[in-house]
Amino acid sequence: MAGFSKIKEIIWLGRGGQGAFTAAKLLGAAYTINDDGRYALAFPSFGPERRGAPVRAFTKLDTRPVADRSQTEKADYIVILDDTLYSPQLRELLKEDGIMIVNSKKDIDGALTFDAERTASEFRLPTVNSVMLGLLTGLSGIVTAENAVEAIKGYMPQKIQERNINALLRAVQEVAK
Amino acid sequence: MSKKFLSGNEAFAEGIRLARPQVISAYPITPQTIVVERLSEMVEDGSLKAEYVHVESEHSAMSCAIGASAAGARAFTATSSQGLLYMAECLYYASGGRFPIVMMNADRSTALPWNIYGDQRDSLSQLDSGWIQAYAENAQEALDLALMSYRIAEDKRVSTPYMANLDGFVLTHTYETVDIPDREQADRFLPPYETDNRIDFESPKNMAFSAGPDTNYIFKYKEHEGVLAARQVITETEKAFAGIFGRKYTGLTENYRTDDADYIIVTLGSIAGLCRETADKLREKGVKAGVVRIRYMRPFPNAEIAEVLRNAKAYAVLEKDISFGNEGTVFTNVNSALKKAGADVKGYNFIGGLGGRNISASDIEKIYNDIANGTESVSFIGIGGGSNGK
Repeated sequence: MAGFSKIKEIIWLGRGGQGAFTAAKLLGAAYTINDDGRYALAFPSFGPERRGAPVRAFTKLDTRPVADRSQTEKADYIVILDDTLYSPQLRELLKEDGIMIVNSKKDIDGALTFDAERTASEFRLPTVNSVMLGLLTGLSGIVTAENAVEAIKGYMPQKIQERNINALLRAVQEVAK
Repeated sequence: MSKKFLSGNEAFAEGIRLARPQVISAYPITPQTIVVERLSEMVEDGSLKAEYVHVESEHSAMSCAIGASAAGARAFTATSSQGLLYMAECLYYASGGRFPIVMMNADRSTALPWNIYGDQRDSLSQLDSGWIQAYAENAQEALDLALMSYRIAEDKRVSTPYMANLDGFVLTHTYETVDIPDREQADRFLPPYETDNRIDFESPKNMAFSAGPDTNYIFKYKEHEGVLAARQVITETEKAFAGIFGRKYTGLTENYRTDDADYIIVTLGSIAGLCRETADKLREKGVKAGVVRIRYMRPFPNAEIAEVLRNAKAYAVLEKDISFGNEGTVFTNVNSALKKAGADVKGYNFIGGLGGRNISASDIEKIYNDIANGTESVSFIGIGGGSNGK
């Protein structure tokens, strides 16, 4: 029988190779990792993949199986890994109280910005996806930092785990400040 | 048992690893590629001991699987769309030869216009090829079908190849949490393949022979019997599966809130989840809505369909297929089931999701409204005349 759905939907924007889909997947894994009463779907915008081309990815989190497998039309969070992909029209994809998080050195009206590249480079990471996942984790509380770390351990290649974990935890700390 | 966050393709590959095929023939095609990639990694790292044959085409992929099965090996291959159509000739050799090969098909549209996205026109075009056809809804069911498929196909009463269909992208490329059974449990559920239908120097026999008009129809009759026998074997297999792994499946169909339903959508594949959610919403408004998900198109659930639709006021068949100049093939099959049972219920056909086009919750709600009020007998969602136009 139908329960009350508390679905949270996240849209990720990045360019092919920046790891937006990896972040979408890690979030879904983190949410479900040690709780059988939680369900997640994560998927990329479907179709041919090209490095550098804009890509979208989606994470849907709920306390019951997620039935709607279509692309999110109204998100709780939009996370943008590359500020050249930002446009004010993206607000139409946000719920009224939705939040947009952008990796940018500049301020953007109506969005939270953070220089994720600087943090990533401190940890010798070529991509900002784990920093952005850390920011979302810290801001939203939809997953705990511990579960996000567990997801990295479970789904990233071993040799890059530690740097990504440290970058994620740094981002969580930055939000706490 | 371990829990992992996997795509439909990856989940299916995990199921195949547990089923221990001895020969895998592979030719990649979007959106199937990941399943054969994962299997090649498993063979490489030694967690799956199989002969992995990278063939030059889908026609060869099926031919290779037939050869392997004729040598008594458990064989696996996977394809999609044009690949399935290219191997179509060999599908009939596999079923006619009674080789219990398992194939995953990533359901994808067929050219032209060229399109790599999901619909079900590829597999539904092969309903007459003599294969068992299953349709998964989610990644867990995909994994479980991979494991159950061999036990069903290899049963001596059946001896028929098995096609497990996963909706392209929406299922093959979507990640969700999946329980992966233990090796020991899987081995207990699925013993190694043993058959007399193989090349054997100790006991030579004629295989893949010709049969003229006097005997050919007997072979075809036996093929028909084999696919029909799968009905019973699927039930038994799912019971054994639930006993070992704790997950229950419901045979050829899965019903949702149909007991008192006035309006029922019959569909297949991963769109069923959104249909159920929409039925829930309509129930809150007082509309008695229900959903039937067809899990197997062959053998076809004639009795189950007639039973569940018999007392409805109207039903819709929602499918990602069209047989040009007539109607969707699933609709044809569903209507036939009702006719044979002497049931007279008004039915409508909705064609949607072709070439990967999204089917939204509001599209589904509209279907329930349309069948309650009466509409064209065959409608393309979002196109066409009258109230169905955009």
